[in-house]
Parts: sequence; C-alpha cells; structure tokens
Amino acid sequence: MARLCSLSEAIAENVKDGDTIAMEGFTHLIPYAAGHEVIRQGRKGLYLVRMTPDIIYDQLIGAGCARGMKFSWGGNPGVGSLHRFRDAVENQWPRPLEIEEHSHAAMANAYEAGAANLPFAMLRGYIGADLPKVNPNIRSVTCPFTGEVLAAVPAIRPDVSIIHAQRADRKGNVLIEGITGVQKEAVLAAKRSIVTVEEIVDELNPPSPNSTVLPSWAVTSVVHVPGGAFPSYAHGYYPRSNAFYIAWDKIARERETFQAWIEENVMKASPEDFAKHAEKQPVKAA
Amino acid sequence: MSTDFTPTEMMTIAAARALTNDDVCFVGIGAPSAACNVARLTHAPDITLIYESGTVGTKPDVLPLSIGDGELSDTALFTVPVPEMFRYWLQGGRITTGFLGGAQIDKFANLNTTVVGPYDKPKVRLPGGGGAPEIASNCGRIFITMALSNRGFVEKLNFITSMGHGEGGDHRARLGMKTKGPTRVVTDLCIFEPDPVSKELTVVSIHKDVTREQVQENCGWTVKFADHVEDTPVPTETELAVLRDINARTKKAHEAA
Repeated sequence: MARLCSLSEAIAENVKDGDTIAMEGFTHLIPYAAGHEVIRQGRKGLYLVRMTPDIIYDQLIGAGCARGMKFSWGGNPGVGSLHRFRDAVENQWPRPLEIEEHSHAAMANAYEAGAANLPFAMLRGYIGADLPKVNPNIRSVTCPFTGEVLAAVPAIRPDVSIIHAQRADRKGNVLIEGITGVQKEAVLAAKRSIVTVEEIVDELNPPSPNSTVLPSWAVTSVVHVPGGAFPSYAHGYYPRSNAFYIAWDKIARERETFQAWIEENVMKASPEDFAKHAEKQPVKAA
Repeated sequence: MSTDFTPTEMMTIAAARALTNDDVCFVGIGAPSAACNVARLTHAPDITLIYESGTVGTKPDVLPLSIGDGELSDTALFTVPVPEMFRYWLQGGRITTGFLGGAQIDKFANLNTTVVGPYDKPKVRLPGGGGAPEIASNCGRIFITMALSNRGFVEKLNFITSMGHGEGGDHRARLGMKTKGPTRVVTDLCIFEPDPVSKELTVVSIHKDVTREQVQENCGWTVKFADHVEDTPVPTETELAVLRDINARTKKAHEAA
C-alpha cells in the first residue's frame, strides 16, 4: 500500500545519493515540485533517466545533483537548448555528466521491458543511424524464427521513479489522464515510486474501466502537491506556462543567473509554493 | 491571384501541398507541424495527424509549442501511451508519412539533430534524435521541411541522427528497409526530390522570384537541377489566409499562457 506523506518525507525515504532515478512526464504532468525537493535535500551522484530531459533535468544538472543521464531528446521544448545540460557536456560544469543517448522508440521500449520484468527490449530501430556507434548499450539480437536482426537495449530499472498525476484517493490509488507518456511503465519498472498529485479525493471514480490507474499497492509514496507540475501542465487543472519555458532560456544561459534563480525559487521555497499555480480550469471541449 | 508572401510562408504552404486527405502523418514539431495543419485546414480536411506524445487524429486550433501540448490531446480522436505509439502505430507500419525537420541535412537527405563536431567533444550539442530515427525508417515515406542555408545543407554530416538515403542508390534496401525514405524536401527557396537512381537531392521546383544562383549560394553542396524545373505555384489567397490565421491564433495563445 502506498504511504500518503509529505514531499520531504517521500524524497528522504525513497531517493538516495547515487540512485538511478526516472522523473517522467511527456511535456505533460512533469514532477517539478519533486525535482525541487531533490535539489533542496542536496542529493548527489544521481543517474538521471528521462526520455525528454527538459527544464526539470536542466535544474538538477546545474545544481550538481547528477553524475549521468540516459535520454533521447534533451531540449527546452518549443524554445531551444538546455544551457545547463550543454554546459555540463561541453565544459563539465558543475561536474562531468556521463551521457547515454537513445531514440524515443528505444527508451519507450526499454521502460516497457522494465515494467515487464524483462532484461532487455528489442525494436526495429536505429537502422542506418550513428547512435549505435557511440552508445555501446545499443546492440542487436537475431530473431530465432526469421533470422531478422533487431536492435536491443537494456531494460530501464530505476531505483526510484517519480511522476505527477491528477488525483489519488485516500488509499493511494492514482488516476492519470490526457497524455500519459511512459509514466505507468516508469513506475512499474522501478523498485520504488513517488506520485505527487493535484488532488486527494474520497472516491477516485475513474471515468472508464479502461482509465489509466496505478493501484495503491504498486506505488510507494503518494504526496498531495497542488500545482506540482508547474510550469508544465496538468490536463483539466492548469495550462502549460509557455512564458516560463521562454523565460528559462535567459535564466539558464549564465551560471550566475541560474544559481540565483535556484537559490531564490528552490532553496528558499517549499512545495506549498506550487499551490498558487493550481487554479482548476474547466476541461476544454474538443 | 495572391498578395505578397514571405519565403517562410511559401515554404510552409508548399510543404502542406505535399500531403493528401488519405495520409496518416507523424508530425514533427515546428515547421512540419505548421505545414501539416495548413494541409488539414485547406485541401486535406480528413488527414490523420499524429504527434509522438501519443495523440492520434488531433485537430489543434493553435499550433503546439511542444510535442505534448494539452491542445493536442484535447482535440485528438484518442491518446495512447508513448510505448504504444512507437510500437503498434509507428513500428506496426500504420503511418504513411513522416514529416520531419532538422538542424542539418546532406545531399542524400540524412538528418542530424544530435551534435555538430565530434560526438565526445561537440562544438554544439543539439537536442538529439527523439522519435526521428525510427520515424525515418518506419513511415511509408518521409517529407522534410527546413529553410535553405549553408549551415543547414551540408555536403557531409558528421553525425547521422536519422537515415535518409544513406550513401545514396539502394542503400536503404541493402539495410533491409522496405519504406521509401525521404521523397521530398521543401525549403523556403525551392523543392528538392531525390534522383530516382542515385537518390541525390535534385531541385525540381523553384519558388517565385528565386534564381538558381540563390539556391546554389545557400546550399553547401553543388546543386543538381532536374531537366525540367517547375515554377512553384504561388500561395493562393485561401492558403495564405489559413496560414496567417493559425499563426495569429497561435501567437495570441502562447503569449497569454
């Protein structure tokens, strides 16, 4: 059964120095509040996993929490580069960052393999591409039935996965709606998991028997953090702050402005500060 | 006839015209996304647009800033998890057309969005491949749209993020690929298509008021022109109005958020 607790307890109990950690959310429902708590608690040597490391990992990398990263697209979506990520790769600041780079298809398959308790994933991928030349973890496997050679990558098995979702009930059952990305797979592939949610409700009332629900017994910790996905969005709650994503480009460009921002908005802040972003909005009709 | 238009508008509209009503199209963000939605709002109202975030049959009213904007899910026929997107729909062979952009392209339409310079000591670290490596191999055919420039159109890439025609000729077939690969590259000055045999990109159409010299000046390799180079039809008033409307709605929506 998931434990309902505070964000600082959840991070303290589940995220250790040196852990392999996946924070997922495909543009949508990115667990920013949890990422900030990891920075505040001063975790070091984390191996970050994420398909689309955007601002959340730019912050963790720039704050010195990471030793490495496995990813498939690292940018500020719709805006440009991640300056802290680039500074780490190009200048080893604030410390060197070992990278393992894949394609989206490979990462998605690798999470699914992790959730399925398999050692590796296979796909018809990377044909004619140069990534296999620079990533020794992209290998191949021959189909025992047809002889076709397919790409193989190791399963992703994080020590801890962290996601944000719309709501949970008081037992800790979690409902996710809209673009669900690889969040379900990330949680099921991990040894431990933390889900931050917009709302805790008496009855989960999933809108359909086929809704994306993570049962309480498959989650380690559930934390109520309204607004916890800001500046990304929570479908049915609040929109993406495009203005923040654009502003981040300037904040992160120089080390000094980045450090000042982290000091002011992470080190001196608390999870409750995210609540002001959590105005519930009517779901737009299609 | 149409009024004045910019080279970027011409590029988007020429790219949109490549799509048909029957296409199931995997849409890249940025210029491809604009072109795909102009197609949907003009001559291809029933086109199926798919974004890699898992949204299928989406009809955004404003262009998404990111690949996973809420607008895409709000207006989709359905939304699937990302592993399903790549496994069943893309690898499953259900996508007729992939529409990509890139930072760099070579004359065989290979794309680079990973690094400029050596991989281990990059001069510029770009975002990486995302969905492109498998979009390029698993979609029935690929369209590419990007502005023509010496920095973007280079003789040889130092990193191939996603394969176009590789070294040219039958390279794709030799690697076991059954899909066509890039069949058209739409720029702001002209349209390229691969030569049927060598697969080298060849100019087949030039936009209004653009010269062959301008095309060559902005391209990093010695450009081949087809025997009969067409004049790209100028944008119609409807095409321009639709493009400008969606750009205006998009600007307003993104400034508000």
